[in-house]
Amino acid sequence: MVVALYGAFLYAPTEREMGEVQRIFYFHVGAAWNCFLAFFGVFLGGVGYLITRKRIWDHLAASCVEVGVVFTTIVLTTGPIWARPIWNTWWPWGDPRVMTTMVLWLIYVAYLMLRSSLPEGETKYKYCAVFGIIGFLDVPIVWFSIRWWRTIHPVVITSSGAELELEMIHALIVSVIAMTVLLVTLVMLRMAMSLNFSVAEEMTLNVRHSDRRVEGV
Amino acid sequence: MRYLFLGYAVIWTILFIYLVYLTRSQKQVNDKLRSLSETLQQRD
Repeated sequence: MVVALYGAFLYAPTEREMGEVQRIFYFHVGAAWNCFLAFFGVFLGGVGYLITRKRIWDHLAASCVEVGVVFTTIVLTTGPIWARPIWNTWWPWGDPRVMTTMVLWLIYVAYLMLRSSLPEGETKYKYCAVFGIIGFLDVPIVWFSIRWWRTIHPVVITSSGAELELEMIHALIVSVIAMTVLLVTLVMLRMAMSLNFSVAEEMTLNVRHSDRRVEGV
Repeated sequence: MRYLFLGYAVIWTILFIYLVYLTRSQKQVNDKLRSLSETLQQRD
């Protein structure tokens, strides 16, 4: 992360037209790339759960949603901070990239709300898996929105490569890698936590159940 | 420069809030494990 900050602030040259504020771009894109990756994890977890019915897939999906929402929040807050001096507006209503990303955030916030409102059990994990898979459909829409529709959002990565200075590409790659390491670490941490919690809860229930049976005998 | 500072301040604030949330969740897991081990000790 320190190397990524060095790349974004010192190694990469200052952009000619936008100036210093363009340096938000390195972490904004890093966070955007990783929210897509996290939501792919949700999709994978959902499919894995529906096929195998093993709880570990559900833990993966739930952890990925949580961290993915954090990264999408970073994208949706750093974007307007960059947009204010460049586009002269905080929030360009009607811009396809901005609005589809907002919808993506709302979909996964709804996932978290659904998850916390349903009682523990097979039905909850099944609903969440299906919701996560359907929600992932918005990810390609967000990615292609700047290609399908008219937008003021910059298109940096095109079919002919990244339209940036070489040093800027290096800084971008390093910040994407740093954010990916952070994402994987947070997902693993969250997954270990929820696994431990559910195992402890299950064991507590088993102990209480067997105690009641002994009392009954 | 003001917006650049604001941008990075927001990134670190969001990550810090999430880390605080994770620490609280970890505390809940620890409490759950402690109560489980107490229940098991009482049984023995």
